[in-house]
Amino acid sequence: MISVVKPGLLTTVQDLGRFGYQKFGVVVGGALDRFAARVVNSIVGNHDNAALLEFAQLGPELRFETDTLIAWTGADFGAQIGGEPLPSDRAVRVRAGETISFGAARAGVRGWLAVAGGIDVPLVLGSRTTYRRGGFGGFEGRPLRAGDVLRCGDASEWTRNYLSKAPRFSAWAVRPPTLGKPPSAGAVRALRGPEWDWFAAEAQRTFFASEWTATKDADRMGVRLAGPALPQRETREMVSEGVVDGAVQVPAGGAPIVLLPSRQTVGGYPRIAVVASVDMGRMAQIAPGKAVRFQEISLAEAHSLYLARERDLNRVRTGLTRLAL
Amino acid sequence: MRITPVGDGALRIELGERIDEATQQRVQAACAALDAAAIPGCTELVPAYTTVTAHYDALAAVAAGAPPDDVAGWLGARAELALGKLSAKSARKAVSVEIPVCYGGEFGPDLARVAAQAKLPVEEVIKRHASASYTVALVGFSPGFPYLSGLPPQLSTPRLAQPRAQVPAGSVGIAGAQTGVYPLATPGGWNIIGRTPLRLFRPEQNPPVLLQPGDRVKFRTVTREEFARQEGAR
Repeated sequence: MISVVKPGLLTTVQDLGRFGYQKFGVVVGGALDRFAARVVNSIVGNHDNAALLEFAQLGPELRFETDTLIAWTGADFGAQIGGEPLPSDRAVRVRAGETISFGAARAGVRGWLAVAGGIDVPLVLGSRTTYRRGGFGGFEGRPLRAGDVLRCGDASEWTRNYLSKAPRFSAWAVRPPTLGKPPSAGAVRALRGPEWDWFAAEAQRTFFASEWTATKDADRMGVRLAGPALPQRETREMVSEGVVDGAVQVPAGGAPIVLLPSRQTVGGYPRIAVVASVDMGRMAQIAPGKAVRFQEISLAEAHSLYLARERDLNRVRTGLTRLAL
Repeated sequence: MRITPVGDGALRIELGERIDEATQQRVQAACAALDAAAIPGCTELVPAYTTVTAHYDALAAVAAGAPPDDVAGWLGARAELALGKLSAKSARKAVSVEIPVCYGGEFGPDLARVAAQAKLPVEEVIKRHASASYTVALVGFSPGFPYLSGLPPQLSTPRLAQPRAQVPAGSVGIAGAQTGVYPLATPGGWNIIGRTPLRLFRPEQNPPVLLQPGDRVKFRTVTREEFARQEGAR
């Protein structure tokens, strides 16, 4: 069990998302960096879809009531365990009665904390994801508050084996280069969107050549960008249709909006581009006021990057399995 | 029919250009056919007015034999094959649903504006809204929100210039030529003319929605007393 001492700004229970119900208008949601969630779950011996905590801007303070194994990743939150620095991307043993705390995010926005056995909240429509607007899923359908007590599921055999001989902090870390880090190091890769041809040649050039600034209007649904205008060739009305994570929607005369996993299921704005799925986690780390650039890649490249990253994660898992033997 | 990639995780299948009954039936039939074909890697189908968006996972498609350098082409070819046998019969059987509505008063703050726009008495607006037959064109925007086609053209009213921060659950609204019902309390810019005591979204059930695309809808006028009775009984 975990007691919430301080909730942070927006700490919610998430898994990989609520799939299969978009045709009923049900938002997918889930960890804003699904890959990061899978990595930290792997580190503590959980399955990919185990529920974990996601926090934004100001992290929580949590007291553990039982011995367990945790792992976290994301932005630099100045994380501490009992007053000592709490390293990210590795397995950490926590003893009953100990407290871990996360401060304000210094670079980036979000973090994810996995606990062996996963956060045990009821499944709603097949998922443990919090859907705040609908008031269901996760912990009572809402962000955590001080005094909440979270139950954890049973740890895997791997975790129990590992715990029996593990040091405080594992000597190893799992840190794929793009994991949970802000995109300052390079442009966010994106594909031409389905309505690319609707935009004037100038707008097409401008989109990939310009530096964009994330505005304060950012939440789990999307990030709004400020920058140059992106005029269409002619004003056309779009019939609403299914939308995807990473879609860069351009409302008439408005600033582009990059959709994140808590996006609506359908939408009706032309999409000049779509962020490659491998870079969605970086998109979720762009703090208000920070700059971002987009780099065009092909569909084949986007798939190849995605498949390569899946192979990496598989190798990591194979390695982790051996560690506990 | 045209199939276009939408990012590296979805294909858009276009089944028509205009919002009309024939296109909507093709969309429903296409969904049923794609569902039956169970294309490897396809995770979700999202029908809309003229399109079906097929979400997929490239890894699962490659594991099933898709060439890594042309995942979308491989999936598109399979979708085309499934849609070759498109028939209206394969679509899910539509049901008819009656929705009780208490019009006007505090439940319908925009009813007077809709009447003024239509140049009709308020009673006539209610009569026409409640006597028309509607079809669920799309479920989206929020969980269980049905976009209904079939609004009598006179009742067409532009969206509010300033959306409301919160529209109560059950509110029946008009936006342009569309009408619909808010299943959850959400922000919204539709003209609100009444409220239903029915629950359109119920996450504890499967399917979690009262209405699905293709379903037929009629509204029935109820008094405040009947509204309160039905709301208490649900």
